Amino acid sequence: MKNKFYLIIASLLLSMIGHAQTSNGPQMADSFRSEGKIYVVIAVLSIIFTCIVAYLIYIDIKLKKLENK
Amino acid sequence: MIKWWKILSALLIFYTLTWGMLNSVPRLDILNETIRNVYYHVPIWFAMIFQMGYSVVYAIKHLSKNDVQSDIISNQAAQTGLFFSIPGLLTGSMWAKFTWGTWWTFEDPKLNGVAIAMLIYLAYFILRSSIIDELKRARIAAVYNIFAFVMMFVFIMILPRLTDSLHPGNGGNPAFAKYDLDSNMRMVFYPAVIGWVLFSLWILDIKKRLATLSYSKNNEE
Repeated sequence: MKNKFYLIIASLLLSMIGHAQTSNGPQMADSFRSEGKIYVVIAVLSIIFTCIVAYLIYIDIKLKKLENK
Repeated sequence: MIKWWKILSALLIFYTLTWGMLNSVPRLDILNETIRNVYYHVPIWFAMIFQMGYSVVYAIKHLSKNDVQSDIISNQAAQTGLFFSIPGLLTGSMWAKFTWGTWWTFEDPKLNGVAIAMLIYLAYFILRSSIIDELKRARIAAVYNIFAFVMMFVFIMILPRLTDSLHPGNGGNPAFAKYDLDSNMRMVFYPAVIGWVLFSLWILDIKKRLATLSYSKNNEE
């Protein structure tokens, strides 16, 4: 019984230490990520990059036609 | 129609743009989420150095073979390399503002070194445009190219390591020692380097073909 009591106290203290560490640790975009809005940014990045790559492919093909003339 | 490595470069960069934003990174003070810039800022510089290396290889090739094609490739690669140094400088300046607290610092030998290296390469293009005779221009430019590459290497790879630098792996910067070992970040960083180097080769390929085309067109007339 006594052992169990100590175990509970120890686990409570441990969880407090753990909590203190997360709140004092370096700030990261945790809430931003958990809200899911980061996916919007990734989508925007993907669209921009896809457009650039498509444009490069277009130029590449056009150049090839010019070379074959 | 499009070569496989061009598609590979696009896929690799696509992967780093998406997974680079989502994967877990070391939690460090000051850097915070900006540590992800390692995936985007650093590979740009790798691409720039790769292009300059490509340029000097073809400069040497031109000196030994005296062919026009090598001179065209050497010139276009130097142009591509200089182009990549622009986003490299801009992103570095942006990152510096929010971590070191300033857009530009003269304390850091790598920043000054890269600025000097860019000026040396600008002089390469001025030298090219100032010589009318084609063969003479190609040969003098090739010799200067070797000098420029060696100077760039000294200014951005050797001197920053001899003195103290804010850049990781150059002077003492313990904050970055952790990410150097982080295998999670390597999974994105290495593909990013390969992706951007291949992407710069794609741009070089287009520029090279365009320059060859206009050269043959000019000689027809």
